[in-house]
Amino acid sequence: MIEVNDLSKRYGEKLAVDSLSFAVRPGVVTGFLGPNGAGKSTTMRVIMGLDRPTSGQVRVNGRSYARLKAPLQEIGALLEAKAIHPGRSAYHHLLSLAASNGIDKGRVLDVIDMVGLSEVARKRAGGFSLGMGQRLGIASALLGDPRIVMLDEPVNGLDPEGVLWIRNLLKSLAGQGRTVFVSSHLMSEMALIAEDLIVIGRGRLLSAGPIAEFIAQASTRSVRVRSPQAASLGGVLVGEGVTVTNTEPGVLEVTGLDPAEIGERAAAAGLVLHELSPQEASLEEAFMELTRDAVEYHATAGALATAGRTN
Amino acid sequence: MTTTPAVTGPSRDLRVTLPRVLRMEWIKFWSLRSTIYTLAITALLTIGVGSLVSGVIGTGDGGPGQDDFSDPASMSLGGVMLAALATAALGVLTSTSEYASGMIRATLAAVPARLPVLWAKVIVFAAVSFVLMLATSLVAFLAGQAILSSRGFTSVTLADPGVFRAVVGAAVYLTGAGLIGLAVGALLRNTAGAVTTVVGALFVLPVLIQLLPASWDDSIFPYLPSNAAGSFMAVEAASPSLSAWPGLAVFTGYIAVLLAGAAVLLKRRDA
Repeated sequence: MIEVNDLSKRYGEKLAVDSLSFAVRPGVVTGFLGPNGAGKSTTMRVIMGLDRPTSGQVRVNGRSYARLKAPLQEIGALLEAKAIHPGRSAYHHLLSLAASNGIDKGRVLDVIDMVGLSEVARKRAGGFSLGMGQRLGIASALLGDPRIVMLDEPVNGLDPEGVLWIRNLLKSLAGQGRTVFVSSHLMSEMALIAEDLIVIGRGRLLSAGPIAEFIAQASTRSVRVRSPQAASLGGVLVGEGVTVTNTEPGVLEVTGLDPAEIGERAAAAGLVLHELSPQEASLEEAFMELTRDAVEYHATAGALATAGRTN
Repeated sequence: MTTTPAVTGPSRDLRVTLPRVLRMEWIKFWSLRSTIYTLAITALLTIGVGSLVSGVIGTGDGGPGQDDFSDPASMSLGGVMLAALATAALGVLTSTSEYASGMIRATLAAVPARLPVLWAKVIVFAAVSFVLMLATSLVAFLAGQAILSSRGFTSVTLADPGVFRAVVGAAVYLTGAGLIGLAVGALLRNTAGAVTTVVGALFVLPVLIQLLPASWDDSIFPYLPSNAAGSFMAVEAASPSLSAWPGLAVFTGYIAVLLAGAAVLLKRRDA
């Protein structure tokens, strides 16, 4: 359980996090979404006790981070990939971190195996790719078998196989009842792994809750249908609660029906389909719309403040 | 590659303790090749330069003056000031390399109280450095005296007054220079800045200060860290230096103040 209460963090002139409140519950994957520079990493650094909040507070399993007696057992975090001395091996890097919390060597070897770094663990980490660095960071997050796993942009630099692996890993960690908190600037990635979603922009909370709600409140889902008999198809599909728009010749944008229903109706009417694709992009667009508003609001406020000073 | 981590019982004792943090810093210290290279260079400089000085002293044009031989121990320890550059750099890197790589965030996340990390670094560095540098200074001293005596010059033994203290003092200085580096590294969190600062304070300042008017020079000179250290590495104190124990007090005072500053900032600053 992570609780963030009215958190603000200012770096000089810049207010990186602005009165942010949310809670991350155990047992599900919670996505932490926002454009670059929205304050996601700052928030995570404050949660880890690395940066001191300007105001507000953060609780990790009910305590402030500095008061955790066995921190690696409470929360494991990946904050940046390749945060390792280039001259040190992954094995010694993890062994040193483990030692500080009394975690034994066996566990170090286990997590190295778990992230698939066994073959390179004894080599100097300077030659690691970004993807290997991410795997190492995940290994260090899992060292203490923690109740909370918090990862900042974990899929960055991973190959497709690695991305799939991380999705399954996060889901299985949540399935074991752990709190899993993962940041990303990619809505599409979050849509695949997260059950809960926290969206921020310019340091402010924009949306928090189950991802299903976010999707529902976001723009309506549509299905793109391409057919040489588009006009006839439109007539078959249109009806109560269904809208059909003809966006370009031979292409229909259908809302209110799922792809299966469209396909069945087309088949029943003996119409040919060339494409039948659910438009997930609407989710991405909803996210961009949400964050764009925040960006604009703050840009205006900033311009006013500047104007005020010069007068 | 498995996807499910082994769930272990909650009863395991995984609290952070100072001995555990010491173990962390011990592993970090020895798992870098650069540590071993730097320590080897320090030993080579201390023994090599000491032997060289002992081997060539008196072969110049003017012949050996009486003054040159008032302190044979210092000739065999002639490499210490140079070798201190290496330990100071090692001390700086002990702190700054964590900031350069970003590992400091993993370290401080593992040890939320923060200060044990600094103390553990100090203890590991001081213990390792003092043991190795004491051995190095002894070898440098014995080799230097053997060379001097084989050339028919005056030599001394560890039993002579002040000699043992000077040899131990060399190890103290080499270790202390490293601790100054460690503290300045923790304060500045930047390798280049910290190395420059430490080299400036230990090696350049004593030279620059001699350009000042004599009255200023005499009142500042003995209190510079390297000159304060020089006083306990010399068998007999030369004016205007401090005598051995006040010199040691001044030198350790610098280290204590710098470490206290590093501790305050480590606790306060964002990592």
